[in-house]
Formats: sequence, structure tokens, C-alpha cells
Amino acid sequence: MNTVKLTIDGIQVEVPANYTILEAAREANINIPTLCYLKDVNQIGACRLCLVEIKGARALQASCVSPVGEGMEVWTNNEKLRKARKINLELILSNHNRECTSCVRSGNCELQQLCKEYGVDQYPFDGNKSEATIDEISPSIVRDNTKCISCRRCVAACNSVQKIGAIGVAKRGFNTTVGCIFGMSLADSPCINCGQCILACPVGALHEKDSTADVYAALNDPTKHVVVQPAPAVRATLGEEFGMEIGTSVTGKLVSALRRLGFDKVFDTDFAADLTIMEEGTELLGRLKNGGALPMITSCSPGWIKYCEEFYPEFIPNLSSCKSPHEMLGAIIKSYYAEKAGIDPKDIYVVSIMPCTAKKFEAGREELSVNGLQDVDAVLTVRELASMIKNAGIDFKRLPDADFDSVLGESTGAGVIFGATGGVMEAALRTVYEVVTGNTLENVEFAAVRGTDGIKEAEVDLNGTKVRVAVAHGTGNAKELLDMVKRGEKDYQFIEIMGCPGGCVTGGGTPIVDATTLSYIDLKAERAKALYSEDAGKAKRKSHENEEVKTLYKEFLGEPNSHKAHDLLHTHYIPRPKYIKK
Amino acid sequence: MALTKEQIAAKYAELEAYISENKDMDGALIPVMQKAQELFGYLSLETMELISERLDVPVSEIYGVATFYALFSLTPKGEYVISVCTGTACYVKGAQLVLDEVKKQLGIGSGETTPDGKFSIQDTRCLGCCGLAPVMMINNDVYGRLEPADVKDILAKY
Repeated sequence: MNTVKLTIDGIQVEVPANYTILEAAREANINIPTLCYLKDVNQIGACRLCLVEIKGARALQASCVSPVGEGMEVWTNNEKLRKARKINLELILSNHNRECTSCVRSGNCELQQLCKEYGVDQYPFDGNKSEATIDEISPSIVRDNTKCISCRRCVAACNSVQKIGAIGVAKRGFNTTVGCIFGMSLADSPCINCGQCILACPVGALHEKDSTADVYAALNDPTKHVVVQPAPAVRATLGEEFGMEIGTSVTGKLVSALRRLGFDKVFDTDFAADLTIMEEGTELLGRLKNGGALPMITSCSPGWIKYCEEFYPEFIPNLSSCKSPHEMLGAIIKSYYAEKAGIDPKDIYVVSIMPCTAKKFEAGREELSVNGLQDVDAVLTVRELASMIKNAGIDFKRLPDADFDSVLGESTGAGVIFGATGGVMEAALRTVYEVVTGNTLENVEFAAVRGTDGIKEAEVDLNGTKVRVAVAHGTGNAKELLDMVKRGEKDYQFIEIMGCPGGCVTGGGTPIVDATTLSYIDLKAERAKALYSEDAGKAKRKSHENEEVKTLYKEFLGEPNSHKAHDLLHTHYIPRPKYIKK
Repeated sequence: MALTKEQIAAKYAELEAYISENKDMDGALIPVMQKAQELFGYLSLETMELISERLDVPVSEIYGVATFYALFSLTPKGEYVISVCTGTACYVKGAQLVLDEVKKQLGIGSGETTPDGKFSIQDTRCLGCCGLAPVMMINNDVYGRLEPADVKDILAKY
């Protein structure tokens, strides 16, 4: 690798020749402030916060887009730079809705943080504000342009990473706005509700549609039996909201906190993940045997499902008919559990805690209901749950561990890893292998489908039958994979697709990590570790060994893919236009 | 002046042919958008969706380009496009009063089209005949030395 030597603030560094000054400064333990920069996503030099002085250069330069050069002398911190950055912050603030105390990102806002660091204590440039609207029509995502600073991180996440293009930058100069075409709502755009834009936003211009009021109302209603279920990725991420290290698993504390919030039952979406494997594994074997549509593609991710319906409707027959795990559990709670507990399903209120904003849209799908009752009544993101826990004065870090409630609370390691990219595939392979071969699978870890490569492939030998599988995460990678399948370059029997890069652990409903921290770590891998270590610590690591799942089949469903299972646990999909024209 | 189905199909065929010829060129987007603008007089969502699909560029990006450059229009132009010059010479000779009268007579603003699709008003600077100031054009007809009172009779001719 070619390297160059340069000095930054008098410190000599040697870095790869393709580094930017911003990256080189990090090697010298200098954090140049940034606002529009998001590693691997957005590097456009727009916000002018990362300005540096370079010896011999005509003007101050944006370090995020300036390449290093041999012998360069760079200053990142002097009076001139501090002044320039402060003025830039003041200019951004002059066109920003500064209602910080009521803002969802207060305390977690990169702009607020920088203003504090640069001692911005007045607003010298107050003048006209650009016209701005708030779009709260989507069931998943709210866009508040009064807070938008036009950094374009959300646009890059939507267009370059996810390849959706629901939002873009329109007009020019002072009238520049970020949004959907023709001022449409996100709800009428190709938006798949993945929420990656929320994770990318440095300020409060994007956030989930808040459902906590609905959940509080249900908890306060004495006629309601309120049941809660957290997804696998919730336990791998919630701790961050309470200052715990990234990648800390907080399963036991999560259960304690949910009980203290007043939920009548705390069941586990991981249980339903095991149930999903029973249904989906059986469906796959059926398709392999009876010549059904192949490759079969997983259907757990509602972001991916909407993407498929809009962008690749020709693959709809390939989608597994399985509902996503929390929807399955909702249906089982309102049938099997209601019957067992002697409660009228109408009086049960199911709350899903999800790392996902698309689950909010999914929960409202008409077809995800039984006898006119939606399977799931409300979906909260990890961030919304954290706000409820803080609101209740629960000292989360010091909580004792607790266990999920029976009869829908047991899970195996296979269910746990659903939250990481490749997890559903690995869980399915563990069960399918044993069902087909009749042998015990000794090494349950399928390394080929783990990790954060955009597209992963493997071939599994099932008693002489070779099954080719692939895994893609993030719709940008899904597009690449599906295009290869379409062109006939690749041939698989089973594909796992998750709508978000990294899978659920980095879903749009997870804690927001600032751009500086993201420059140093691979968040996807760090959070996935929490799930893989929980899996490794489980006595049972295969879905078909889950005793409560076995009981559910014995007492209620009969067998996987039975008529009853189909009624409760399976669904269908519809091609959707990208734009809803009015 | 609505186009017939056949005319629209022919225009789309021409656009498709143009895209096929140019899609591998660097920076094909703007020339393709210009071609579409020339063919249809504006860029509809349907046209942008077609370009999006053929060039693999999100509609939101095409919309961004269309709203950035003044030469693109997102609304259909009327049968008669009225350009009242508000360049320096015309302006000092009272062009604003003429423009205001046109807007009043038609009940539309600059950049808009009458509901019957007959007239559009377009922002215009110098038309190159300052000696006739103030000047306006309706398609290719030039009217000079205007008074606001002339506007009503001129519009009545169309």
C-alpha cells in the first residue's frame, strides 16, 4: 500500500495515500468536527464544519473531501478555524427550528453538541427562514423540515445505500429542500419505512411516528390485557440508551423493565422466531420436493417486503408466505394464549418492541389480522421503549435479570440470531439439516452466512442434495443479488434478505449512534456479537428443540404448515406502485 | 390542445430511442431530460419514472435536477405561451404593469397555465427588441410599445 507522510497540528503521521485529511487526523487522535459527513455514506464537503488550513492552499479546505499529500502541513485547530466554524454553525442555526427542549433529539443532536463545543451563545444572523413542512402521514416516519439542515445524510442513506430514492434534494439556494417529489408525503412515495434516514440524521428532522401514547392508554385501561414482546435485536441494543457499551446483551433487564412498566405478560419474539423456522423450513422443504417457486426468499423484514412489492413484484411468488415473527406471535397470543388464559381476544392488546420502523407500517396491513383483529396493536421502537423506561424512573442498569413468561417465552439460540444478517438463514439450516438428514448437526455455526459482507453465499450438503443459499442485507445489496438472479447468473434455492444493512441490529428503530463514533467502529458487527454470544451460551440452539413450540404444535396447531397454521401464521403480498398518485 | 394517444405513443417512442442511443454516455441524465422537455413541453411523473427506470437513477434525483435548472418545467405549458419581457429596457417602460394586466386577465401567475390549457405565462428577460419596449410575445407573435389597456384585445385574438 502506498503511504504518504504529512504533519497535522505539528504531529507527523503516515497514512495510506487514499486517505482524506479527516481520516488522517483521526490517526493522530484528532477529531475534526463534522456534520454532513457520515463514513461510507455521505462525504460531500457541504457543511463546512470540517474546515482545515493547509499550508499553501488558497482558502480553508473541507477535510472530509481533501485527499492527503506527501509533505502536507495541516492545521485543524487555530483561531481562524474556530471562528469560521462558529460562523458556519450560526448560519445553520439561522434557518433551523431551535425548539431544542421539545425536540426528540435533544441531548443526542450533533448540531446541539457542536454548538456547545464552539460556544455558540447567540443568534447573530436571524433573518428569513425557508418554507418548511412537517410530514406525519406515514405510519412509520415523521419528516420535520423545520429542523432540516440540508446535510443530505438521509438522502445518501436512502439513495446510495438503500437504492430506494424516496427522498431527494429539490430546488436551489435558500429554497433547497429535502423531501419527496412534488411535495408528496413519504406515505405516497416508494419509502419502505426502513428508517435508515432516521439513523443518518444528525438532528431532529427525522424520527419515528411516536406510538407511546397508544401504549400508555392501553396500560391505563383496566379492561385491556396488555401483552408485550421484544424482538431479538432489542436485547442487543437497548443498553446503549442507558450508557452501556455497544454490543451489551440486556435480555434479563429488558424483561424486568417491561414487567415494571405494567405489561400483563412478557412474551418473547424469539419464541416466534423459532416458530417461524418450523413454518418456513417446512415450506422450503415442500417447495424443494413439490417444485414450488424457487429460490424461496425470507419474509421477516417488512422493509424488504415493501421493497419487493414495489421494485421486484416478479419475485412475489418467491417470498415465503410466513408472516414475520412478531405477527405470528400476535396471532398466537390472540388465539392459543387467549383460549388457555380464558381471555376474550378483543380484550388483548399486543405491543411489539422492535428495532424497526417498518414494523409500524406492517402492523397496520389488513391481511395481518385474524377475525377482524389485527395481530399486533402497537409497535414501539427501541428508542420509544427507552423513553418509557426513563419516564418511569426505572434504574435500568441496576435492574435484576428476569425470565420471560411461559407459554410463549422460551427460545433457542436459533431464534436469538434472527436479529443479525444471516441469522435467519443459519437458524433455518440448523433445523432443515436435521429434518432432512435425520442426523444430529454437530457444528451448528455456519460461518459462511455470518459477517457483514453485503452478499454472502454458501452451499449446504443435505444427504447428497446440494442446497445453494445466499444472504443479502440492505435493499441496495438485495437489488444487486436479485438482478444477478434475474439475469440467470446465479441460481439459489433459498435466500435471506433483510431490509436494513446489518439486519435488525442496525434497524431504523435502534439507538442512534453519532457520526464520530461510527467512524471508528463497525456497528453492525459490534451489535451482532451480543446475539451470537447469547446463542453460544444457550443449551438449545435449534428451533425444533424449543419445548414450548413443540407444545404449541401438539396442543393447538397440529403440525407445521397445517391448515390451522396457514390460517394464523401465513399471509400474502400485493404488487404496489412506487408512487400513489392522487 | 390535447395530444392523441398515437401522438403520445410516438413521442415516447422517440424518447426511448434517444435514451437507447445515449444511456451509456457519462452524464446522460440532463440531455435525456432536455429531450423529454422538448418532446412533451414538461416533465410529468410518468416521464420521469420512465427515465428513472431506463437510466437507473431515482426519480427523486431527476426531480432534483428538474427543480434546480430553470429550463425544465414540471407542469404542461399552455397552447399559447405568453412571455412579457421584464428586462431592463421594458421594465423602465412599464412592463410590470403589462405583466400584471396579463395575470389579471387570465387569473394565473407566472409559470402557471390556465385551467383550460390555453395560456401559460413564462418568466422572460430580454427578447432582443428593446426599441419596441415594453414587449411581449405570444408564441412567435411579437407585440411592442404596449399599454396595459392593449392586453385584453390582444388576448381575445387567441
